Amino acid sequence: MAREAYITGVGQSEVGVRLPRHPLLLTVDAVNVALADAGLTLDQIDGVFSFPGKAQGYLAFSPVGTDDLIEVLGIKSKWQMGAMEQPAQLSAIAMAAWAVKEGICRHVICFRTVYEAGGMANPAEYMPLQQKTTSGSSQWTSPFWATSAACWVAQYAARHVHKYGMTREQLAQIAINGSKNALLNPNARAITKEELTLDKYMSARMISTPLCLYDCDRFSDASTVIIVSAGDALDEVKATPIRIAASSGSVDRYSWDQVEWSAAYDAGPDLWKNTDYTVKDVDTVQFYDGFAFLPITWLEGLGFVEKGEGHKFIEGGTRIARDGELPLNTAGGQLGAGRLHGFGFAHEAVTQLRGAAGERQIPGDPKVAVATSGGGPMAAALLLARD
Amino acid sequence: MSSAPPPPSSPPARPVPKLDAENRAFWTGGAEGKLNITQCGDCGQFTHPPRILCRHCQSENVAPAAVAGTGVIDTMTVNHQPWAPGLEVPFVIARVALDGVPGVYLTTNVVNSPVDEVSFGDKVRVTFEQQGDIYYPLFEKAN
Repeated sequence: MAREAYITGVGQSEVGVRLPRHPLLLTVDAVNVALADAGLTLDQIDGVFSFPGKAQGYLAFSPVGTDDLIEVLGIKSKWQMGAMEQPAQLSAIAMAAWAVKEGICRHVICFRTVYEAGGMANPAEYMPLQQKTTSGSSQWTSPFWATSAACWVAQYAARHVHKYGMTREQLAQIAINGSKNALLNPNARAITKEELTLDKYMSARMISTPLCLYDCDRFSDASTVIIVSAGDALDEVKATPIRIAASSGSVDRYSWDQVEWSAAYDAGPDLWKNTDYTVKDVDTVQFYDGFAFLPITWLEGLGFVEKGEGHKFIEGGTRIARDGELPLNTAGGQLGAGRLHGFGFAHEAVTQLRGAAGERQIPGDPKVAVATSGGGPMAAALLLARD
Repeated sequence: MSSAPPPPSSPPARPVPKLDAENRAFWTGGAEGKLNITQCGDCGQFTHPPRILCRHCQSENVAPAAVAGTGVIDTMTVNHQPWAPGLEVPFVIARVALDGVPGVYLTTNVVNSPVDEVSFGDKVRVTFEQQGDIYYPLFEKAN
């Protein structure tokens, strides 16, 4: 078991919009929940991993770095990592798994803190991204007012409309399913207050065709913590450990507009390379839905359906409901439970595999889950198992 | 906080790319009516976004080449969200596959046509919009 890595604790702070609580304190809140969950204390933590590290030029996007946590929590860290240049958000957890498998660390805090709503309300302290000049990769999109990733993902989604006949009614099921599940998630109360109906979805204002308002996640303030432990340290842990059975990531090119298919179609097949599990074994999927089209790319990329079939699979919403054949985003996803930026999917996968999801617990004693993150040219996936 | 927002009649300036050794020929080529894409003098292939070496063979023998400036709409979206105050919507954001430049796509706007008359597969040609030193390569329908 020494060469295995497990998720042994999960925690989340209050999730809200324009929370007055400082994001560093939100992070400490989530750490404390995760430590209590795992039955660990701070002196047992010896690593801190995050995505994307403190974003000095855009603090609201990532206001807390691994250095901050090591400093204020008095962690004696053997290894830390906080970097944007990773395949996607969940790769921070994959790398923590490698650190414990290698024997470098025993118990690692992985976290993602966002303060994008609170930051907008406090521009003096959280300077917004300015639009007047552009450099780096954004210069190829923002001069044409393709300002948001919504406009970039919309162009992938539009191809599914054009080439495979995806309809708005089909796409709507991601957001509708998310709202239903979010209503049973106590941490989503500030984000989703009522069920999204198809009528309301169809009459929503368009952002960038085919994506409407409800297809885009909402800036939120929150911290999510995942504790990763070494297989030979499980006797120090009280919670049910969930094994990180496999991970995969992909960046083919960093340019969103130079790739025809998103990186989910590369990272997806790779997730099955180093495991005996197959898609048939998966009991629930937690797919990144910063924009509603992205879970469709994961369904196809991971091989649950053929390319071009994802929107048909979700039609009507019954297959992806909590009692369906492949429950999707059971905590609400980012559309329903806030833009937690990737880590919420690992949090919910672990919660479901432990049977600890309360009212929204899926039936059938789930043992295997997939959590994914990313969109466009970057992607990372985790296969999680209670075995 | 009392500065008045600009009147709706004045659209916001497009974000201005910061010019450097790699991107200058692309963003200023329109002054001579040229759509410049970086091409390798050794293997002949194109590198976009432009870099100071060829992404196919790593040769440093690269230079901007004026390409045809025509292409086909590979994918597109009609954007309805005003991302800046005064930005007029809706408008088309498209990914254009450039003729004669295999593997290179440009994100751009398709202008001078109503948004509902622009679609996948349409043939388009470049039209430059000048703003200061920058010549933004926009596209319009070719027929």
